[in-house]
Amino acid sequence: MSVDATALDSYPEESQPLPTRQHLTGFGFYIYLLSDGILFAALFAAFAVLRGATDGGPDSHALFSARNAFIETACLLTSSFTCGIAMLACDRRNRFMALVGFLVTAVLGVMFLTLEVREFAALIAQGAGPDRSAFLSSFFTLVSTHGIHVTCGLLWLTVLLVQFLGRGFTPAMVRRFLCFSLFWHVLDVVWIAIFTFVYLMGGYL
Amino acid sequence: MFGKLTLQAIPFDQPIIMGTCMVLIIGILAILGLITYKQKWQWLWTEWLTTVDHKRIGIMYTLLAMVMLLRGFSDAIMMRSQQALASGNARGFLPPEHYDQIFSAHGTIMIFFMAMPFVVGLMNFVVPLQIGARDVAFPVLNSVSFWLTAAGSLLINISLGVGEFARTGWLAYPPLSELSFSPGVGVDYYLWSLQIAGVGTLLSGVNLITTILKLRAPGMTLSRMPVFSWTALAANMLIVAAFPVLTATFAMLIADRYLGMHFFTNDGGGNPMMYINLIWAWGHPEVYILILPAFGVFSEVIATFSRKPLFGYRSMVVATMAITLLAFTTWLHHFFTMGSGADVNGFFGITTMVIAIPTGVKIFNWLFTIYGGRIRFTSPVLWTIGFMVTFTIGGMTGVLMAVPPADFVLHNSLFLIAHFHNVIIGGVVFGCFAGLTYWFPKAFGFRLHEGLGKAAFWCWFIGFYLAFMPLYVLGFMGMTRRMNHYDDPAWLPYLLVAECGAVFILIGILLQITQLVWSIHKRDELSKDARDPWDARTLEWSTTSPPPAYNFALLPKVEGLDAYWEAKQGAEASPQKAYEPIEIPKNSGLGFMVSFFAVIGGFGMIWHIWWMGIVALLGFIALLIGRSWDEHDEYELMPSDIARLERAGVHAS
Repeated sequence: MSVDATALDSYPEESQPLPTRQHLTGFGFYIYLLSDGILFAALFAAFAVLRGATDGGPDSHALFSARNAFIETACLLTSSFTCGIAMLACDRRNRFMALVGFLVTAVLGVMFLTLEVREFAALIAQGAGPDRSAFLSSFFTLVSTHGIHVTCGLLWLTVLLVQFLGRGFTPAMVRRFLCFSLFWHVLDVVWIAIFTFVYLMGGYL
Repeated sequence: MFGKLTLQAIPFDQPIIMGTCMVLIIGILAILGLITYKQKWQWLWTEWLTTVDHKRIGIMYTLLAMVMLLRGFSDAIMMRSQQALASGNARGFLPPEHYDQIFSAHGTIMIFFMAMPFVVGLMNFVVPLQIGARDVAFPVLNSVSFWLTAAGSLLINISLGVGEFARTGWLAYPPLSELSFSPGVGVDYYLWSLQIAGVGTLLSGVNLITTILKLRAPGMTLSRMPVFSWTALAANMLIVAAFPVLTATFAMLIADRYLGMHFFTNDGGGNPMMYINLIWAWGHPEVYILILPAFGVFSEVIATFSRKPLFGYRSMVVATMAITLLAFTTWLHHFFTMGSGADVNGFFGITTMVIAIPTGVKIFNWLFTIYGGRIRFTSPVLWTIGFMVTFTIGGMTGVLMAVPPADFVLHNSLFLIAHFHNVIIGGVVFGCFAGLTYWFPKAFGFRLHEGLGKAAFWCWFIGFYLAFMPLYVLGFMGMTRRMNHYDDPAWLPYLLVAECGAVFILIGILLQITQLVWSIHKRDELSKDARDPWDARTLEWSTTSPPPAYNFALLPKVEGLDAYWEAKQGAEASPQKAYEPIEIPKNSGLGFMVSFFAVIGGFGMIWHIWWMGIVALLGFIALLIGRSWDEHDEYELMPSDIARLERAGVHAS
């Protein structure tokens, strides 16, 4: 991810000129992502406190299918990989590869979301919705906050791709792709934490 | 169609509320009429509502804060009057359900819509000038941040006339704030207005961190950065680290109230104490978000008016950063009575006391800066010295309450109320006023009237002691907070003294308004030496007052601490360099329109008018997408234009 790397390197203190706009935007967006991480940390904390509070309802062992979560994880991790490929293509100004990379990313993202919505629907159908117990409230809130982020990311990517088809690699386009890829990778990191703490530890350990 | 909203939502039977609303509506109509009469709509839109200039956004933040100060103070003096009148058989003039809304609104407005915008406004205005930058890193985002804060404060003020406000206290603890105990819209007003304003604050934190870390003038290393900018950096790091917790916590309470979830409910396995832990994990850092920039103001003021470099610059920076870190280790002292055991309470008691060490370092640094200096007793200095005395007392009562056994006795008593007003008024509010007086000439090109400023200070200072010292005593006598009525006649004399204090503060506020009006009227007389009226030390004083849109025609070159002072002493005219083209961001209506949809959406959600919420969401998305199509958001100022503007500016000052 050489684009990321140049954007996040701090420039030497004494040497000028001032940072480029891409450098600034990348840095600012990175700070925003840190704050997003703290938002998720609060939701994780709530889940950790409430995971035992099932109020006589089903607990995580009874509800979660690690198989479903595993496929979701595979989709999301692969999409991060293809997003990385697309960013490398951006670096080389390879329009076709960038487009293909981002399209595959989007398709995998949609697959992930479909699986998540299906899982939610199945849970609600069997009476284990978010209003059943504090444990399920925290589960649905944590996982769906990630899901809402993925949805926003897909909407964002769609707009970016439409603009990209018209414009090609303008500086603003490259800057926005850079931010998008940072965003997408962070969602991956958050998902790995969800997979571990919610599904693996809830389903197996 | 209109959810829970009916005509009954307007409290026609409450003369106090309806009277206030009438006055407000007449006032707003008068202002709108005046703008129309003077044909200033175009000017208002292009110069202010769509501006992305950090200086103007800073000024608008400060103006918002001062207006909200009037609102919050009205609540305060009503509470003081109620308690002065509601002893024994007397019931006062406020029924409990109204009184409960007033104390909740007072706290919420004073923290979120007075103190925060004031501090953020000062940082927005000063920091880019002080570090020699041409604007903040993301000017349009800055405008969005401001307008989101304004949207939140509009929503909270709508609650005055349409519906009701929360009756839960300023942090809306569950289970009281849950649907089963607060079924009305009051808590929803609270939640949505703070959610909207909180997002604005978070974005402004991201913006200022990036600005400070990335856009400092050539040569300004971190170890040459003025202390106010350091404290701004610390406060914004705290904002970015703490505000997401607030957003998440409020989101959980919203989920409880709107989706029937069980985060903090009594049933379903919910855990109300988790809310209190989470909210204070934001709330305690918030205290330092407010006070650290005030410390920065005092540092600038005291160095300038003592004509000395700040004593112990490095220790000041280290102390600031130490407080920043410790801010996250003390939240539990707000609820020692939760009963988490001696070990946990002991730990948090000690971390709380530890904070007094870096704070003490700062107090001594300011004292040693004064020592041996040629201090000029201008009104910013009076605010600063008033702060040092008052804040030290407030700090000591804080350390007292950091002892868990003492806290068990004093918890939720008026002693606590006296303590935190002691540090917030004596620290944050005095700091904001010092900063306002100090940087006012930079913003507008003329000073504020000194005599009226000093008179206002003495009223505030005396008023503060009269209003809050009796509350310490009442706390020891067992009076708890938020009482609408009490039976013990022994409390009455103290509450009458406190009422007198509130009247003194009222006179102080009236004097400040007079000062502002008088100074605007006499601005020609007060504009002497406006560029650098205080013989100051930092870069913001090296440009014209008010500064041009681009702040500095040539970026300053910084060779040490107190860059402008050194430059003045050196007095060797640096060789005139040629101007280079400057990129200036274009005006943008994005912030204003985002805020419009935020108000619509927030109002719709509060009243369960779901279509309004959906329309606002779609409008918001459409705005962002529309904005992303516009790649040309800057224009270039050519050297010839800069030369012309500079000549005009020099001529004016």
